[in-house]
Amino acid sequence: MSANTWTIAAARDALRKGEISAVDLTMSCLTAIDAADDLGAFVHKTPDIALDQARAADARLKAGDAPDLCGIPLGIKDLFCTKGVPSQAASNILRGFRPEYESTVTTKLFDAGAVMLGKLNMDEFAMGSSNETSCYGNAVNPWKIDDRKLTPGGSSGGSAAAVAADLCLGATGTDTGGSIRQPAAFTGIVGIKPTYGRVSRWGVVAFASSLDQAGPMTKSVRDAAIFLAAMSGHDPKDSTSAELAVPDFEAALTGDIRGKKIGIPKEYRMDGMPAEIEALWAKGAEMLRDAGAEIVDISLPHTKYALPAYYVIAPAEASSNLARYDGVRYGHRATLSAGDGITEMYEKTRAEGFGPEVQRRIMVGTYVLSAGFYDAYYNRARKVRALIKRDFELAFAAGVDAILTPATPSSAFGLGEMASADPVEMYLNDVFTVTVNLAGLPGVSVPVGLDAKGLPMGLQLIGRPWEEGELLNHAYVLERAAGFVAKPAKWW
Amino acid sequence: MSIDIDTARRVAKLARIRVEEADLPKLAGQLNDIVSFMEQLNEVDVTGIEPMTSVTPMRLKRRADVVTDGNIQSQILKNAPDAREGFFAVPKVVE
Repeated sequence: MSANTWTIAAARDALRKGEISAVDLTMSCLTAIDAADDLGAFVHKTPDIALDQARAADARLKAGDAPDLCGIPLGIKDLFCTKGVPSQAASNILRGFRPEYESTVTTKLFDAGAVMLGKLNMDEFAMGSSNETSCYGNAVNPWKIDDRKLTPGGSSGGSAAAVAADLCLGATGTDTGGSIRQPAAFTGIVGIKPTYGRVSRWGVVAFASSLDQAGPMTKSVRDAAIFLAAMSGHDPKDSTSAELAVPDFEAALTGDIRGKKIGIPKEYRMDGMPAEIEALWAKGAEMLRDAGAEIVDISLPHTKYALPAYYVIAPAEASSNLARYDGVRYGHRATLSAGDGITEMYEKTRAEGFGPEVQRRIMVGTYVLSAGFYDAYYNRARKVRALIKRDFELAFAAGVDAILTPATPSSAFGLGEMASADPVEMYLNDVFTVTVNLAGLPGVSVPVGLDAKGLPMGLQLIGRPWEEGELLNHAYVLERAAGFVAKPAKWW
Repeated sequence: MSIDIDTARRVAKLARIRVEEADLPKLAGQLNDIVSFMEQLNEVDVTGIEPMTSVTPMRLKRRADVVTDGNIQSQILKNAPDAREGFFAVPKVVE
């Protein structure tokens, strides 16, 4: 098996034993990347940086100073600012932007010896569920069942495609309403959104600051534990970063969940839910029961209102965060006509630089924050958000250790198939995942099976705040019981 | 509350995004769909509930109000579409 197909855990052990060098491991990924342009996953390749980092990693390995990620080749979502390397959030408005600084997450990864293979495709400013709003064009799901090309999901679609197609050993993602967990489910990989505040947001292009969290996308739960530990930790540069020690998440993977209580929220049983998703959910619950957990029915009564609350709060925050793209300090500036003043410069620059979905969300956010509507929409949404969070708090207070839900309402759909749908239909993709962002909780998507068409389906586990270790242990049990080993047949 | 063409034009202006007159009806329609989706929130009884302001129960941290970096003018200007003589350049603002 070519080394690019390895898990992080297997590669870490092989590197430490000297069975492979970081340079050879990196080369196997670079070769796979160059043969996979049809997937649209890597949008800026950085082979020179990768090989420099791999050589440095080999030196550290030789010296016996090798953290877990030393020499591990990763893909980085385009949302992360990487020094000297294009970082444009898949938007034309940041065309040509090369940050003069490095995000905290990538700094931590590089300090741990990780290797960056390049930047990964995504929806523009992480706004989308299909990777179709990217200025680079679509990322494509490596899973294919007929002549249609399928979406890898979004917004971290490039990250999901790259990991599922073995172009890298793992990738960073970010998740504002499901952008790690939905693409992970669509491509048969593992993705975890940690507790809000676990991972620094500094240097990650902001979408909705009270919802955004970065996390790993990997081939296994163990890899997610290893990778997440390397990304996490307090950062004085992010005022919402938690001053908490980072536990050893990998050590939490005992496989023992006997006596744990798993909640099944009845409100997640949506009208019109495909029978296959419902069957998968029941199967997942049974796997956890067989492992010794107790399955209990719970109620999260405000679930129905999570999506509308999200689509007030996220655009409101986005309209404020994206005000900075004005054609003055970085990125694109429109060519002006004679007599154009500064207002025309702003308006033309933003009309040219932002794609339609981003423009729409900025305008929705502007509307809900505008005089006269602030209380009716924004403040009401924040109150509903408080109720959604309280639903979870009550469930956990009643002794529930983790909550099991479907990850997505369907398996991957065809690229372009939602083009004629109204924007709200696309938003429904996030129905099972947004609640977790609103409540600031950790959530993980685990591949559990294939549907009748042969496409991967995932389940989501939601955990208590700051207990990613325990959450990942539940995911580990589910992963082992499901035994999901299917890989997409190579067509690219 | 429905969004008419005038409201769409006003919102685009507030957002500093140029929208052609011909595109306003479609935009108004889409914004309307999204806003009517939000109207569901009116079903929820929020009496006595405080708006959520912080995701995790923590006070925002404070630090001493001191300069911690500086002298990086060239780095700051490096990505500017138009930088001259150490400044960001923009079209004339004052007549």
